[in-house]
Amino acid sequence: MSHSQTDTAAPTEQGTLAAALRNRNLILGGLLTLVFLGAALLSFLWVPYDVTQMAIANKIKPPYADHLLGTDHYGRDILSMLMVGARTSIAVAVLAVGIGMVIGVPLGLWAAAKRGSLLDEVIMRGNDLVFAFPSLVIAVMITAAFGPSATNAIVAIGIFNIPVFARITRSGALTLWNRDFILAARVAGKGSARISFEHILPNVLNLLIVQGTIQFSLGILAEAGLSYVGLGAQPPTPSWGRMLADSQTFISFAPHMALFPGLAILLTVLGLNLMGDGLRDLFDPKLRRGRT
Amino acid sequence: MSLLDVRNLSLAIHGTPILHDVSLTLEAGRILGVIGESGSGKSMTAFSTMQLLPQGAEPTGQILLDGQDILTRTERDMCSVRGREIGMVFQEPMTALNPLKRIGDQVAETITQHERVPRRAAMERAADALRRAELPPEKFPMSRFPHELSGGQRQRVVIAMAIALRPRLLIADEPTTALDVTTQAQILALLKKLVREEGMGLMMISHDLAVVADMADEIAIMQKGRVVETGPAETLFCEMRHPYSKALLAASTHAPERGSEVAETPLLEVRKVRRSYALPAKTPFGARREIEAVKGVSFTLKRGESLGLVGESGCGKSTLTRAILGLEEVQSGEIALAGAPVFTGHKPNPEVRRKMQVVFQDPYGSFNPRHRVARLVAEPFHLLPDTPRAERDSAVAEALEAVGLSAADGAKYIHEFSGGQRQRIAIARALITRPELILLDEAVSALDVQVRAQILDLLADLSDRFGLSYLFISHDLSVVRSITDRVLVMKSGEIVEEGPTEQVFDSPQHPYTQALVAAAPVLPDDVAA
Amino acid sequence: MLRFTLTRLLSLCLSLAVASVVIFAAIEVLPGDPASIMLGVNAQPDTLAALRAELGLDQPMAARYLDWIGGLLQGDFGISYTYRTPVVEMIGDRLAVSLPLALFSLALTVVIAFPVGIWAAARRGSVADVAIMGLTQLGVAIPNFWFAMLMVLVFAINLQWFSAGGFAGWDAGLFPALKSLTLPAIALALPQASILARVMRSALLDTLSEDFIRTARAKGLSRREALWRHALRNALIPVLTIIGMQFSFLLAGGIIIENVFYLPGLGRLIFQAISARDLIVVESVVMLLVFAVIVVNFLVELAYAAVDPRLRAR
Repeated sequence: MSHSQTDTAAPTEQGTLAAALRNRNLILGGLLTLVFLGAALLSFLWVPYDVTQMAIANKIKPPYADHLLGTDHYGRDILSMLMVGARTSIAVAVLAVGIGMVIGVPLGLWAAAKRGSLLDEVIMRGNDLVFAFPSLVIAVMITAAFGPSATNAIVAIGIFNIPVFARITRSGALTLWNRDFILAARVAGKGSARISFEHILPNVLNLLIVQGTIQFSLGILAEAGLSYVGLGAQPPTPSWGRMLADSQTFISFAPHMALFPGLAILLTVLGLNLMGDGLRDLFDPKLRRGRT
Repeated sequence: MSLLDVRNLSLAIHGTPILHDVSLTLEAGRILGVIGESGSGKSMTAFSTMQLLPQGAEPTGQILLDGQDILTRTERDMCSVRGREIGMVFQEPMTALNPLKRIGDQVAETITQHERVPRRAAMERAADALRRAELPPEKFPMSRFPHELSGGQRQRVVIAMAIALRPRLLIADEPTTALDVTTQAQILALLKKLVREEGMGLMMISHDLAVVADMADEIAIMQKGRVVETGPAETLFCEMRHPYSKALLAASTHAPERGSEVAETPLLEVRKVRRSYALPAKTPFGARREIEAVKGVSFTLKRGESLGLVGESGCGKSTLTRAILGLEEVQSGEIALAGAPVFTGHKPNPEVRRKMQVVFQDPYGSFNPRHRVARLVAEPFHLLPDTPRAERDSAVAEALEAVGLSAADGAKYIHEFSGGQRQRIAIARALITRPELILLDEAVSALDVQVRAQILDLLADLSDRFGLSYLFISHDLSVVRSITDRVLVMKSGEIVEEGPTEQVFDSPQHPYTQALVAAAPVLPDDVAA
Repeated sequence: MLRFTLTRLLSLCLSLAVASVVIFAAIEVLPGDPASIMLGVNAQPDTLAALRAELGLDQPMAARYLDWIGGLLQGDFGISYTYRTPVVEMIGDRLAVSLPLALFSLALTVVIAFPVGIWAAARRGSVADVAIMGLTQLGVAIPNFWFAMLMVLVFAINLQWFSAGGFAGWDAGLFPALKSLTLPAIALALPQASILARVMRSALLDTLSEDFIRTARAKGLSRREALWRHALRNALIPVLTIIGMQFSFLLAGGIIIENVFYLPGLGRLIFQAISARDLIVVESVVMLLVFAVIVVNFLVELAYAAVDPRLRAR
């Protein structure tokens, strides 16, 4: 009923905290994410064993009291390696999301402000073009040029994130540009740059946060994939993907070497995705009425 | 036995009560008008009759269709009732049709759903239904897609679907609310004709007293899920008893008291304004086409005057509004406020703009939900040279108080206010730069009738207190009539008639104005008086 | 429809042209001269110059680009720097593995995702729906190469139903060849199917809340009939978009999965070429992948128009 609206105030947002506490996805996802963030931070201060220390005598041990998750083929403690590896994963994914946001969001805002113009068309076609290069392909090209490294992975995933954020920002901004409050701002004499940052950006922030968590989780997956094929972080820096690549030779008699890094990736990504879903439900009251 | 007999219908959705003891009757060949403001439960009554309720709905009571209780029927049974015994027409014709299916197929589906007939026969009967809905396939082929039709034409398709199997009961839920006034009149006449010719019973749901008064035999008035008044249409308006019905009627015919002091000096001068838009070319290398939205419009608004601008959707009034506000440059012509042009060179002139503010239609969309009310109201300060903080704060407080809110409301967010209060805040925002002219762009169209009456009073009062002039842009003739001194009638980018409001409405000269005035639904004379 | 196709086709060609320039520039500006890498550090200057002339490396960059692109258009991808064999043959052999793998996994993705997504949407809020959504949530989060390793452990090493890796070759017959692609295809498809099922479900739920579904119900259609006859086709637009994107993920993901299963596909080729600095091969494979993605997106846009008459009209 668009024409006759109830003449009562909408429910206040004071219920947000309560809604957040009732949101199972958000709680579970947040907890999982916190565990891995915590592990990564803790690894700066303390790890059970030094990950650069090899102990060949102690190699390929299944989990036992001294090494809770066992040891790898160089006798390194898998739990310690996972903790240090979390740093790599998180750093790569966070920086890649950062690149995507810092470049993609202004592009999307700009395109939306000049919607329908040649500039908009150029920005969006450019985005489509970048989209045609999967991050792995970008990584391959960069590696061919500069050799493999963690930076390489960050740049490759980051470039791929740019069109993602540009598109979502633009589409969110486009619906806002049709709203009357933007017209009111224009009547107040404000220019499109000012309106973009004062009115549009705060209102697409929710979208961006949700997309940010999704791209964060995709970044973790992509980093693991790149490291697995040797295009990401290089030894001796521990990384989850690299650990999986190393474990492949031993999989028939030391499955624990493959199991734990994989589970670490799975649970981190799961946590981030659940958190993203939870945040979306929280931000979008239409979805709050149980659509998950 | 009545065709439809609703007895003590109550409804709760997820435990929240929606309807209380609703009782209604409708005879075959008659029209029952159900009137109410938003939240009155009128639509839920209709959906209960169709048993198309949201999940978690628990209806109690009885809904007898030819003596058979619908509430006791299984979902499977209901599928054979819907479309065959009860047809339904909805509010939004733009979204009521499947955009991917041809209209002929959509109408024929009603038939094939209930009867085993060959496709060809079904298509023929669909063509017949479209003819009865006055959308003859000879002129509008059944192979068209919904997007190739106008809103009124789409509503005819929906009606054809609803009447294809000649159901005994037709439910129309605000069938004309989204349509222009002349289209509305045609659709209402069509529904009336169908009821008379085919002997259907029609349950007509509307928020608009005048629409229902024009066509219903019986009227029921609902408030907060209860039927507060019922009776035959001829006598109901004179014999109303319930205070709510009386208040509703009073609000519908409300005309605010205005002190009229119109000076002879012009305030806004619009001279030969033209504005056209480029459309994309039809072929990749073809010439670009142009559409002229405003074709050389001229008029003058005098100081202290309240001027109406009426016209149907697409007539160019929105384009004209944007041009006056300086949001879009015009191709030719001049717009001047108190002698100063709105545009200097290609830039809008802030000195001129500050003297002119606007209030929009949608009380929900015209505020940034993330800013506090004080910041929202203060936004037009951007047009002024830097104002000290304290001065701003006191101006905001003053504006909020002028519209009947309190200064403390400035600290709240917009979602804490109702639609009517939001429209007051929009007016406060318009007042903040001490403008001389306020454009009211359908400013009361989205409001319930009682709230609308309050806002109209407020506008009249502010005009007297601050010496404001109004340009009142609306499709609603009754509102324009109640608050303007003079009126302009716009059609296809041109002003076809202009003159004192009473004169234009009482003896329209241009054929279009005549059609417009004739199409507007009005309450019976003895009531309005 | 013609206008729509033509404009899309124009934009397709433009994208391809720009993409080729980007790829060429990215690879050509690299440090390191392929000729000196091929001949080693101790090469004689005159043999080096001869090889450079033979490979066309002494030409200016614009000329080399035109040469390369002209060759591509005629199906001549140049000669591999390391193997001295035509690149087109090398790629052809590898494509015979990678393309069927991508298509196989795409088919699996769709075949799994559609029924699951529709089923869940039709039973929204039920235990089955919640369970499916939980499972797909896991499926989305699982790294495909790890899943591949686990499948190798279970189905190849323990149960011995499949071989742990390698490709039987199409000469061995259709069945053995498909069998050696089965585990890789499942590994690729499962996460993508989870994503697609979720998209399908939410697109259907969005469509089911549209006004025209209510109209259809008022005609006497049951909930299920309304879903199949009216909602499904309308929900297809977002689903098609995702399928288009997934194809590029499947191609790229294939590069990694080929490593797990030691499949002689484009992925293995690209890694060998990188380590040998066989740039012309890298260039060609990347161009081929990007070409495939752009063409698939073009097809997806045509599919939109086939589904939606409003797009055809434009």
